[in-house]
Amino acid sequence: MTYLPLIGIALVVAGFALRFNPLLVVAVAAVATGLLAGLPFVKVLATLGKSFNDNRYVSIIWIVLPVIGVLERYGLQQQARTLIGRMRGATTGRILLAYLGFRQIFAALGLTSVAGHPQTVRPLVAPMAEAAAEKEHGELDEDTREKVKALSAATDNVGLFFGEDIFIAIGSILLIQGSMAGFGIELTPLHLSLWAIPTAICAFFIHGTRLLLFDRKLGRSR
Amino acid sequence: MITLQWLYVLTGAMFAAFAVLSARDRSNRKRFGNAVFWALVATSFWFGDYLGDLGNGILVLAIVAVAGAHFVGRGETLSTSIEQRVEFARRLGSKLFLPALIIPITAFFGTLLFNYTPLKDTGLIDPKATTLVLLGIGVLIALGVCYAWLRPPALAPVDEGRRLMDSIGWAGILPQMLAALGAVFAAAGVGNIIGGIAGAVIPSGSVFLAVVLYAVGMALFTIIMGNAFAAFPVMVAAIGVPILVHGAGADPAVIGAVGMLSGFCGTLLTPMAANFNIVPAALLELKDQYGVIRMQVATAIPLFVCNILILYFAGYAWAH
Repeated sequence: MTYLPLIGIALVVAGFALRFNPLLVVAVAAVATGLLAGLPFVKVLATLGKSFNDNRYVSIIWIVLPVIGVLERYGLQQQARTLIGRMRGATTGRILLAYLGFRQIFAALGLTSVAGHPQTVRPLVAPMAEAAAEKEHGELDEDTREKVKALSAATDNVGLFFGEDIFIAIGSILLIQGSMAGFGIELTPLHLSLWAIPTAICAFFIHGTRLLLFDRKLGRSR
Repeated sequence: MITLQWLYVLTGAMFAAFAVLSARDRSNRKRFGNAVFWALVATSFWFGDYLGDLGNGILVLAIVAVAGAHFVGRGETLSTSIEQRVEFARRLGSKLFLPALIIPITAFFGTLLFNYTPLKDTGLIDPKATTLVLLGIGVLIALGVCYAWLRPPALAPVDEGRRLMDSIGWAGILPQMLAALGAVFAAAGVGNIIGGIAGAVIPSGSVFLAVVLYAVGMALFTIIMGNAFAAFPVMVAAIGVPILVHGAGADPAVIGAVGMLSGFCGTLLTPMAANFNIVPAALLELKDQYGVIRMQVATAIPLFVCNILILYFAGYAWAH
């Protein structure tokens, strides 16, 4: 066996670290990896093209943008802020904690596309989290505003990742079942999804604690 | 039957409209670059199935060339000013949330209605794509409501959508591109190579060390590939089954489920998982493209330690 194709991985790491355009990094790494493994260029290009075409569904999500955009034109983000401004006791941490729970539960029910960065985080969650921080602590500096937004996106990811595996018909559960079946080990999806619960609880407590601590940190920074 | 094909046609039409409107956006210095870029994406959605694998490969290279040469930019102007938006929000109130909620609600109740009633047998919607199709239907309903209620200019949704899409730019198709890279990695046998290395460094005798190596390998390989799905079969074949399940008699359900979740901790840490980590940074207009990842480190690492403990105690120690 040759280790040459691993150079492709090194190219990806170097390309991302040096902040070249990621699309370019990925294309160069793909071609290099294929060629180093001894595949002809035409075959590499065809593999790349076929998989790109098969994965178009990944980019379907952008069809929500016209709706989000038109609502933003009429003040959706501003209204999200106003609403939080009126709520007593709404802090950045508590809002994100509620969203974390909501996201985990819905993902556990198999409803992963119900929320997401374009559908919920940009139009609703991030503006609400920002508004709550402003209400408690006044105008935010650039750095703090960035952190609040980034934490909103991170909360969506944590909620999704550590909720979805509790649902029995999600791709990852089926993959685990299929991989194990390849070794003659028969598992039921229900059995696997039960073992996703301890990690889901840990994720809620670890990330939830961080969210509440974030409120304190916001308070201290002024 | 409504299949993914219908959504591809709809999405292609949207990108084609983005291309036309991009070309007209004089506030964007690179407007023609954007126009070409979105036109190529539209081509992929509309004609991808007719281009052949090699044709699609050439299309990918063209898309990469436009982005790699920095021909894609963004315009400056907002359609309505912040003051106007505050005024609109004051007038329209919280009803503004309703159209936005139509999309998830349609996807939610639609999926339940479809999966748990005889509708499933009518063959109306492709069962493999139910939620995505319902998401698309939700978008169309929400657009209809917006037109009827807000009476925006006819092209406003496309123009606003285009503005958001331009702010995301090339990052919008990075996830699809990374999936394609995964396919090339698989064809080149990268998974087998890494599995071979992981299997070779395993110490004999200590189940705890083997568990740690299994979880670390899962997370590291996920960080490299951007996807736990690519890492999972490799690590299960290298360590999970031969050493933990067969060798030590660990519970395969725990090894499988929590092994995957150890990989998910890696997903939180890698720019390769672009749709979770890089795209939101663009979508939220963060200055730091790695800002989301930085926020996830302090959750991912303790959670990863929890996973190792669950793997060891629930998967092995308590089972003996």
